[in-house]
Amino acid sequence: MNYSIIRYILGWVLLFESGFMAMPCVVGAIYQEKSGFSFLITALACLVVGFLLTRWKPKNMVYFAREGFVIVALSWIVMSAFGAVPFVLTGEIPNFVDAMFETISGFTTTGASILTDVEALSHASLFWRSFTHWIGGMGVLVFLLAVLPLTGGYNMHLMKAESPGPSVGKLVPKVRDTAKILYIIYFVMTIIEIIFLLFAKMPLFDALTTSFGTAGTGGFGIKNSSIGDYSVAIQVIVTVFMILFGVNFNAYYILLLGKNKKNVFKMEEVRWYLGIILVCILIIAFNIKSIFGSFGVAFQQSSFQVASIITTTGFSTADFDVWPQLSRTILVVIMFIGACAGSTGGGIKVSRVIILLKTVKQEMGYFIHPRSVKVIKMDDKAIEKDTVRSVSAFMVTYVIIFGFSMFILAFDNLDMVTNFTSIAATLNNIGPGLELVGPTGNFSVFSPLAKCVLIFDMLAGRLELYPLLLLFTPSVWKKN
Amino acid sequence: MKIIIVGCGKVGMTITEQLSNEGHDLAVIDLNNGVIHDATNNFDVMGVVGNGASYNVQMEAGIEEADVLIAVTASDELNLLCCLIAKKAGNCNTIARVRNPMYNKEINFIKEELGLSMIINPEYAAATEISRILRFPTAIKIDTFAKGKVELLEFIIAEGSLLHNCSLIDVAKQLKTDVLVCAVERNEEVIIPNGSFVLHQGDVISIVAPPRNSRMFFKKIGVDTHQVKNAMIVGGGTIAYYLAASLLNMGIDVKIVEKNQERCEQLSELLPKAVIIHGDATNEDVLMEEGITHCEAFVSLTGIDEGNIFLSLFARNQSKAKIVTKINRISFDDIINTFNLGSLIYPKYITAEYIVRYVRAMQNSIGSNVETLYRIIDNKVEALEFVIRENNGIVGIPLEKLNLKNNLLIACINRRGSIIAPNGQTEIKVGDTVIIVTTQKGLQDIKDILKE
Repeated sequence: MNYSIIRYILGWVLLFESGFMAMPCVVGAIYQEKSGFSFLITALACLVVGFLLTRWKPKNMVYFAREGFVIVALSWIVMSAFGAVPFVLTGEIPNFVDAMFETISGFTTTGASILTDVEALSHASLFWRSFTHWIGGMGVLVFLLAVLPLTGGYNMHLMKAESPGPSVGKLVPKVRDTAKILYIIYFVMTIIEIIFLLFAKMPLFDALTTSFGTAGTGGFGIKNSSIGDYSVAIQVIVTVFMILFGVNFNAYYILLLGKNKKNVFKMEEVRWYLGIILVCILIIAFNIKSIFGSFGVAFQQSSFQVASIITTTGFSTADFDVWPQLSRTILVVIMFIGACAGSTGGGIKVSRVIILLKTVKQEMGYFIHPRSVKVIKMDDKAIEKDTVRSVSAFMVTYVIIFGFSMFILAFDNLDMVTNFTSIAATLNNIGPGLELVGPTGNFSVFSPLAKCVLIFDMLAGRLELYPLLLLFTPSVWKKN
Repeated sequence: MKIIIVGCGKVGMTITEQLSNEGHDLAVIDLNNGVIHDATNNFDVMGVVGNGASYNVQMEAGIEEADVLIAVTASDELNLLCCLIAKKAGNCNTIARVRNPMYNKEINFIKEELGLSMIINPEYAAATEISRILRFPTAIKIDTFAKGKVELLEFIIAEGSLLHNCSLIDVAKQLKTDVLVCAVERNEEVIIPNGSFVLHQGDVISIVAPPRNSRMFFKKIGVDTHQVKNAMIVGGGTIAYYLAASLLNMGIDVKIVEKNQERCEQLSELLPKAVIIHGDATNEDVLMEEGITHCEAFVSLTGIDEGNIFLSLFARNQSKAKIVTKINRISFDDIINTFNLGSLIYPKYITAEYIVRYVRAMQNSIGSNVETLYRIIDNKVEALEFVIRENNGIVGIPLEKLNLKNNLLIACINRRGSIIAPNGQTEIKVGDTVIIVTTQKGLQDIKDILKE
């Protein structure tokens, strides 16, 4: 274990965080709010600690997969811990566990809140809450890789640990260039959404925070009604962008720079993703037609909700908790499916679902033709056995974590649907669930212990389970 | 530059390591996804699993924008096919490894007609390297700069040598020859010395000088510089064949010990002048009988690295011969060095170095100005030759006024064919070629020698 490289990179993460935190300071200054000072103090604290940690460059810059995983897991925890401080300092969320919950919910792009009245927050805090989504969406270490001149092939370990999906590939030969391209696409798409929202007459502050929430597929609203009170045009724009940010970013790279642009339409994952969205929207639209009167409105509401849930954003325009059971069930199912690998969304990921389904099909084939040999393919390429194995293992780990969380949440003696959907909503980084944690409710009903479990679930979900679990494995911490 | 490497074996991996450290955009192609995993985990490169001769696979690796394709798979024919396809698909430079001696005689025809930029034969390259060493047995390694006008020699200061406990200023005063000591390795540490540095016995030193001066230098310190008169080669593989042929050409008697009867007969047919011994060289008696105690050079070239190491250790004990040991696979460089096995030959490094040198020279025409590059002292030190093409921040300033990086030495200046040993007042002029010795890796331009 190379401890000094962990210290060094953590230091850089804090330096970046202090830079990020300068933004809410500016917002605080513009709106002349006292809360701006809380952010300033924390930003300075990050700066000092970060500076001390990066002061001495490690002699040995070589590190391996396990350091990569540990660095990523620790970075997210440290980043969240510092990110939570301003909420406590301003007194808006006095309890540190609550503040931690809110911040981690932000960074992991979950969007689950313990606040009962969001509108009571200062502008600086609202901005920071949404901005954490944007940082967490693409990942802070990917940002670090794009900006810092760390050399060597080891950086792929960081990228692999932070990027979602069963197998992480590079767009171009160098990690740094890949990270840059991803961030440029991310940045430009965010700007485009902001412009669209401004055209739809959304106020600038709202447009910024909503775009951050959409880009990172986070879901913190700045209104108690989330996106519900905005015009239909705004809702449609947000719907479209939510779906766009849930698409594998490789698709955009191929569209923009690739030689063979037609390949985009051959990407099996994107086709499945769009197919699932379309089918779910239609079923739910028919199902809720009677509530909204016309099919048009029902379609618009259904599309917003499906997009919001499958991309694991978690914005809401209507209280889907009161929708018919069929619609509620579909929404819960797509919570698990999640967005595409290589997007900013969470969940199990469409590509994993495809691989799992194909494994099941292959397994059935073995019963019929016991001697048959069949290779699982995706995008016309054979999937390595290792990938299939790791996807299956992922699924098992996922179920175990889910079951364990259910067990601890049961101590709170809330109803089963609340417990089940709140874990689904946090482990898949969505935000709202059903019943008590539905679009109109929030997570303040839980005990501190249950909140800690949910915090763990959010981090585990965003980092794809293993980095976080590795922290609890003693042999990782041994010197060699 | 954008470079595609097909085949990720020993040589492929070595090239990948060096080129990726130099900051090129690399894509590696191999059929085995295990080695691709290794490559992408250890280096900042893109991996493609597939057959490198396939058009689609090459397209996926980005052949259209590639500047060079290097084919180093195990098969000669596949390498040539890769290059042909790459030439058509991407119109890039192509380098192939072709090692079959059958093709070696037709190498120029193949190269010209198939439009390859470079063909490398690792065995031939290794043999050339060994024969160069045997011509000048005092040195461990010899490289040449400025088209042979300057030599870079690496050798060990023997016990009881004049140089022991002698500072570099004294060396210059006493010997009165223009020889520059540019790097010293002591206890696995590499030092770029200054004038007050004191040499010890056992140091591995590298010197830069024109050939005439280096001969003088060795004469003055009392070291014999004559080429060997006879050589014993153990193992009759392809390198042995090339080496024997080249040594016989130079008038050196060659004795090859090979344990396979059939191969012995082949060799005797190919090399009528050589003495071919059929016997197992791991048997002490065979070697003693063939006069290992009296041979002047001993080269172990069997296919087994461990065997080679033992043979060389044995030869060191039994004779005063110049010893050359071939190592194919083993990577414990530091340990092997402590055995004092004489000159070590790593065919994979030699091949890789030839290719990297070519790539560097290519880059030359695009941006970097490195003419030649050598790695000395276990790749810890680089010696680079730069051409000064234009008037930049370095030209016309006395060297003592330049703010050079640490551990960096301007070893030699070649001005229109005459070799200048620089001192503080020397100025670099446009048109010069300058030789730099440094532990700082990855210099791209002469301007990189200055502190930032």
